Amino acid sequence: MQEHVVIIGNGIAGITAARHIRRISEKKITVISSENKYFFSRTALMYFYMGHMKWEHLEPYEDWFWEKNRIDLKLAYVEKIDPEAKTLFLAGNEKLPYDQLIIATGSIPRKLGWEGQDLQGVQGLVSKQDLELLEKNTKNCRHATIVGGGLIGVELAEMLHTRNIPVTMLIREDSFWRNVLPQKDSEFVARHISSHGIGLRNMTELESISGKNKVTSVTTKKGDQIETDLVGLTVGVQPNIAFLKGSGIETDVGILVDPYLKTNIESIYSIGDCAQQREPKPGRRPIEAVWYTARMMGETVAQTICGNPFKYNPGNWFNSAKFFEIEYQTYGNVSATPPENEQQLHWEHRDGKKAVTLAFEKGSGRFLGINSFGIRMKHEVFDRWLTEQRPIEHVLKHLEEANFDPEFFKRHHKEILHSFKDDLMNPSKPKPQI
Amino acid sequence: MAHIEHNMSLTGEAPKRLSLIQKVATGLGWTGIFFLFLSILNVPLPGYFLWLSLGLIAAGVVIFANDQYRGKPAGIKNDGVWFKNMTSRGVFAWGTGILLTLFYIVLYWYPQYLGYNPDGENTGIVALFDPLSNFISGNDASQWFVYGTLYTLAILAFGYKFLLKYRHNKYEKIRTFSVMFFQLGFAFLIPEILIRLNQPYYNPNVVWPLNYDLFAGYKLNEFFSAGTVGMIMLGFGLASIFLITPILTYFYGKRWYCSWVCGCGGLAETAGDPYRHLSDKSRKSWMLERWLIHTILVLVVIMTTAVVYSFLNENPGKYWLTKDAFLIGVAGFLTLLFAGIMIFKRKELAKDAKYGAVGYFVIILAIIALYYSTGYSYGHLLREWYGFFIGAAFSGVIGVGFYPIFGNRVWCRFGCPMAAVLGMQQRLFSRFRITTNGGQCISCGNCSTYCEMGIDVRSYAQKGENIVRSSCVGCGICSAVCPRGVLKLENGPREGRINGDAVLLGNDVDLLDLIQQQKKATRKL
Repeated sequence: MQEHVVIIGNGIAGITAARHIRRISEKKITVISSENKYFFSRTALMYFYMGHMKWEHLEPYEDWFWEKNRIDLKLAYVEKIDPEAKTLFLAGNEKLPYDQLIIATGSIPRKLGWEGQDLQGVQGLVSKQDLELLEKNTKNCRHATIVGGGLIGVELAEMLHTRNIPVTMLIREDSFWRNVLPQKDSEFVARHISSHGIGLRNMTELESISGKNKVTSVTTKKGDQIETDLVGLTVGVQPNIAFLKGSGIETDVGILVDPYLKTNIESIYSIGDCAQQREPKPGRRPIEAVWYTARMMGETVAQTICGNPFKYNPGNWFNSAKFFEIEYQTYGNVSATPPENEQQLHWEHRDGKKAVTLAFEKGSGRFLGINSFGIRMKHEVFDRWLTEQRPIEHVLKHLEEANFDPEFFKRHHKEILHSFKDDLMNPSKPKPQI
Repeated sequence: MAHIEHNMSLTGEAPKRLSLIQKVATGLGWTGIFFLFLSILNVPLPGYFLWLSLGLIAAGVVIFANDQYRGKPAGIKNDGVWFKNMTSRGVFAWGTGILLTLFYIVLYWYPQYLGYNPDGENTGIVALFDPLSNFISGNDASQWFVYGTLYTLAILAFGYKFLLKYRHNKYEKIRTFSVMFFQLGFAFLIPEILIRLNQPYYNPNVVWPLNYDLFAGYKLNEFFSAGTVGMIMLGFGLASIFLITPILTYFYGKRWYCSWVCGCGGLAETAGDPYRHLSDKSRKSWMLERWLIHTILVLVVIMTTAVVYSFLNENPGKYWLTKDAFLIGVAGFLTLLFAGIMIFKRKELAKDAKYGAVGYFVIILAIIALYYSTGYSYGHLLREWYGFFIGAAFSGVIGVGFYPIFGNRVWCRFGCPMAAVLGMQQRLFSRFRITTNGGQCISCGNCSTYCEMGIDVRSYAQKGENIVRSSCVGCGICSAVCPRGVLKLENGPREGRINGDAVLLGNDVDLLDLIQQQKKATRKL
């Protein structure tokens, strides 16, 4: 009798684990989700709402794939875990025994205990159900307020924009996504978002939400009142772990896992957004709610489950996003607020649609990372440069090698190089206003 | 606030409204078509109605495109594609599809209803086009001249729309200028001007086997009686398929033809662009595609061999090539080709591809043997049948008529024998591939959705593998719509071009090595 691996959650983490376990073993695999029977791309929810895709396009595998690969999919809600009996209790009085368990339940929108946060018309955007709710909530919507200036916030703004709903974004920091982007990058992106008519209110936090049953207005901490029909809560996400209470699985903000992604209980692992590393790698956060890290944890835990124990040891950081028309890619680390020993070079194209920021270590000149906007860069090349600890001179000299823009696109590496040379020669010279 | 949207997009029913300007523009275009329809009914219209009609159609498209794209930020413009009636198989889409289909049926089989009269004065819409035809070629129009003019107009007008839509993407712009140029110059004007110069009709754009008539007896007679010019045409026709095609496909992939030069491709990429997402992405349709397109290639080879054999049979001793030598030559060439692929490329063929290749090879040789032994090939009959079922019914009626229902590349994907040839070359002997960018794919599916050839691009990108598929026409839209900069069309060394053992960058390097080994060990091929 083959060992039964049960995975709770069919997002990218859980599904990656299932696929990799299947490739190298004959174990029985069951994936449980209460959201949707089939795996879908969460990152594409916005394209469904905007009418770019139909639901079938969001599912990366056709239905036959799961049967062919003997991965059982179960649409069910796990209410409780009994680690002693190695049994899951599902809604509807069903029990499911397991030999090995992977918890990959992902995130839920973070709510900070605001007054009125549970009114109708107040919602986050993480799940398929959130999207269905948004569809309802945006009917007859005359104005929307988005709380939080981050990636989900700007996605939501873009979505609402396609329905001609005026949007105001409340941003806690002094500029958009400023806790991640350096000031110039942040302002560059903010200019682009504003150019679409999105109202960005910096240094503005939500005080309360008002309305009888349905939201009618929000009040900021500055005391401004904004009439609104929809409040999008996008101040980040938090692990979806409420159902673990009393199970004996140790949690903090997320499910605490060791470097092998194992919880405090033998045979129970946790991966993806809901996992919190007890000993995060230096320079990495204990919880990284990102598609890519979820996928990598899935790849890692599959080996461990199948008898090749591997520590979760992600390589150089990378990420990507899109702000309306502007694509963003990052490799390595570019600090939002550079510490004493980090220097940054920033270039912007005069059209306001392209920008590059490079970070390097003062003194040694070691290249630390890049933020690239509107210019596609090769992951493989930057990953190599980071691993080989190349100096900034090398990166500047070979920037063209890293370009991944389509054929015939204008190349900007020379202009970037000149701009950076200028900056390095005359650090104090004021730059012409863009 | 301008107006409130009430989209019930979860049910996919509510149409996305057109702006007032877009409605007026649509009205202008249809007015132009209405005038053309009046001419079909033999309503006496003054000559300037030709220009009025064509002008109204062009103006409608241009005004619509300007309103849709100008003054808006350049970028991907797919908002509401699946909400709009016309682009989500709504009632307008079906209506347009049926109208187009009816038009094709009349065009191919009942040109007399369009007013075409080979024995006297044209009437109807063909007569309306007589002055233009006379101006260009010096002859009265035929139904094909009417069709060619409208076809070219469609590529130019919708090409303008496409250029505006993708004005941020230089690859798309250059490619679109190219198809507009080749349609207007090579496919439309050059053949007509040749006629004016008393030379055979020859459209250098359409390569055999797409142009299945190139070696038909009547064409060969035309070429041989046109002296040097005819020989150049015949030589260019032969060089196009046996020399130019393999060389260009080796360097650039089949895109050099399918999305840069070809007229069918040109129409698909311009007028057909709004329907590209309607292609079927299922594995089933991929299976169908592989069998169907190669079957048609086999048919066209059998038919063409028969036609040339008949020609040589009917003109014994007139040419240095005898009918038997010709058959032996064809059989020898195909045997060499077959043996070469089976010896050197065996490992790159899937099991069913090998079975199919062997089966079809035997069938072709058997049929050639039959011609040889009986001395008769039924060339004219085969050509007639092929022309009816494939040349007209498939490529025209289904291929274009059903744009708004099945997508814009049905013919190119399931039917075109030229695409089959180019596809084989692209898969086995080309430097072209679409590369993926490390671990950046988020499986969103924009690439697959907007692939007009129904390739599940995402299934490769999310594994970090290059996309090397016979059917890829290199339109570049997958790369354009990718929100995370993952896909790039490239020509490069053949080494490592097909990388089924690729892993996604970003994780522990030792783990990635292990996964790669595991992937190699379990890969079925």
